[in-house]
Amino acid sequence: MKTSDAVLIAESLKGRFAEGTYSRRARAVLEHRRIAFKQGHWIVVLSGFVEPILYLFSFGYGVGKLVGRIQVTPGHWVSYAQFIAPALLATSAMNGAIYDSTWNVFFRLKYDGTYKAMLATSLGPLDVALGEIGWALFRGLIYATGFTAIVMPLGIIKGWYGLLAIPAAVIIAFGFASIGMLYTTYAKSFAQMDWVNIVMLPLFLFSGSLYPLSIYPEWLRYVIEALPLYHGIQIVRCLSLGIIQWSLLVHVAYFVVMIGIGVTFTTRRMRALFMR
Amino acid sequence: MSTIDPATGGKEPLIIARGLRKEYGDFTAVDGIDFQVNRGDSFGFLGPNGAGKSTTMRIIAATLTRSGGDISILGKDPEVRGPEIRAHLGVVPQQDNLDNSLTVEDNLYVYGRYFGLSRTFIRNKIEELLAFAQLEEKRGVKVEALSGGMKRRLTIARALVSEPEILMLDEPTTGLDPQARHILWDRLFRLKEQGVTLLITTHYMDEAEQLCDRLMVMDKGRIMAEDSPANLIKTYSTKEVLEVRFGSDRNAQFADQLRSMSDRIEVLPDRVLMYSDDCESLLHEIVSKGMQPTTSLVRRSSLEDVFLRLTGRSLVE
Ligand SMILES: Nc1ncnc2c1ncn2[C@@H]1O[C@H](COP(=O)(O)OP(=O)(O)OP(=O)(O)O)[C@@H](O)[C@H]1O
Ligand SMILES: [Mg+2]
Repeated sequence: MKTSDAVLIAESLKGRFAEGTYSRRARAVLEHRRIAFKQGHWIVVLSGFVEPILYLFSFGYGVGKLVGRIQVTPGHWVSYAQFIAPALLATSAMNGAIYDSTWNVFFRLKYDGTYKAMLATSLGPLDVALGEIGWALFRGLIYATGFTAIVMPLGIIKGWYGLLAIPAAVIIAFGFASIGMLYTTYAKSFAQMDWVNIVMLPLFLFSGSLYPLSIYPEWLRYVIEALPLYHGIQIVRCLSLGIIQWSLLVHVAYFVVMIGIGVTFTTRRMRALFMR
Repeated sequence: MSTIDPATGGKEPLIIARGLRKEYGDFTAVDGIDFQVNRGDSFGFLGPNGAGKSTTMRIIAATLTRSGGDISILGKDPEVRGPEIRAHLGVVPQQDNLDNSLTVEDNLYVYGRYFGLSRTFIRNKIEELLAFAQLEEKRGVKVEALSGGMKRRLTIARALVSEPEILMLDEPTTGLDPQARHILWDRLFRLKEQGVTLLITTHYMDEAEQLCDRLMVMDKGRIMAEDSPANLIKTYSTKEVLEVRFGSDRNAQFADQLRSMSDRIEVLPDRVLMYSDDCESLLHEIVSKGMQPTTSLVRRSSLEDVFLRLTGRSLVE
């Protein structure tokens, strides 16, 4: 028998790092998701896209009239809409990433054999984890790009550095998608999945999105600073306002760690769930 | 590359298991089994529900980690080289795991992509596979709208997308109508002729006899016997079986007398089975001794007789 293409492809990876876990083919999983989405629910995506815009108009212009300008760094004053827009962008990146990496993954884990089928081929568990996380990330990216496209012409996010909000959204979505999927691999019931929604709203409201953390007592500030969305908002806010400072590295590092933990342990969970 | 062992008649061993074990908690599903499958074999796993067939198949398919013992597939350890081993295999799991939200065609397409195959390769392959599974008319239909048998056929077709040299089928024809079963047997036979190694589990003895040249009978995680179908019948049964019925109360009454006439008999509630190489004369003898059965049947021994002898008649749960 002649050697099949499938075998030649698999053998070309021989001796590479983590060959039993990763076949460098996460894009096949992404492609599957894209094909499945063609027939999917655009309306759900649209609603997630519109939500931050509504917040921006209601709070940015309404509440903005009452609060006036806000100081972000010494001497740097911005309008209220400019203050909350980066937070809304970071939050929509989070929401998009969480939506796909939690509920949708939950259904696939529990009610169809997709992952089992994938892992019976020459894919490895890391391919599956990265593909699924990548798809969720993509949704966060779409939300963030759409938001930027609407907000930039209004002058709320401006300058070439305003565009840096988009790579920032990718980092944020990647972090949340990784952790979201990891959580989902442990979830057993719908009730446990509901917790995701219960946690996300306060995370948005209290992470320095609608007002600066300086309003809080010191101890509470430390608590918020330990939470991921705070760092996400800071990344987008600094980049989109052109505030380049060392603390940005800390915020980015927070997400790098989040991604590392999420991807590593999701991969282990996929192995534990489907190959043991 | 694997070495060729003269002891196997020059055939290249593809799968070698030694003391293979699988435990789920305290429960032992596979209890230290040894077997070997050579290239070109068509190898069948038989055994009652819970015997450990699917578990063994999944370990071979590198989708289940073993608890002990050794296994090598194409000379590789599935624990270390999972993806590479799986690239050689076509897997039909006991339960279909198609993506119900995709069409028939897209199911084949995405599966091919998992192996890294090119779009054009898969597009051409899909035509061949749709014809194979006789699903051409259903190509654009979502899988959730297929009948059970159609899904099964699609799962089997999907396993062939990567042109595997080892095809693993876990109860492939459960749920198929007789036409589809016979067509599938024919297709599998052709694959075998092309040199594809087949691993099959089944509860249908006729299927095992049709398709497999070697059979392994398992029970409670152990191997009860392993040989060709013909040799199994030779070793574990007689040439023929005589089935006699005397009516349910008299079956037991004659049992002792019948027992003296044959090496092995089985008294069942509705009939008595007697094993002998010459059942016609046995029947004469019974009648001449004044025991007139209400019905009698002489038939050739089958694999089913072997199976029941090795694994018992009762349901053990
Ligand atoms: N994930 C699991 N956790 C615990 N026990 C399991 C698991 N999978 C299988 N078992 C047990 O292992 C034993 C062997 O199961 P297996 O599926 O291999 O049987 P089988 O021979 O394929 O049976 P069948 O003919 O019914 O398909 C069974 O007793 C089953 O209950
Ligand atoms: Mg089984």
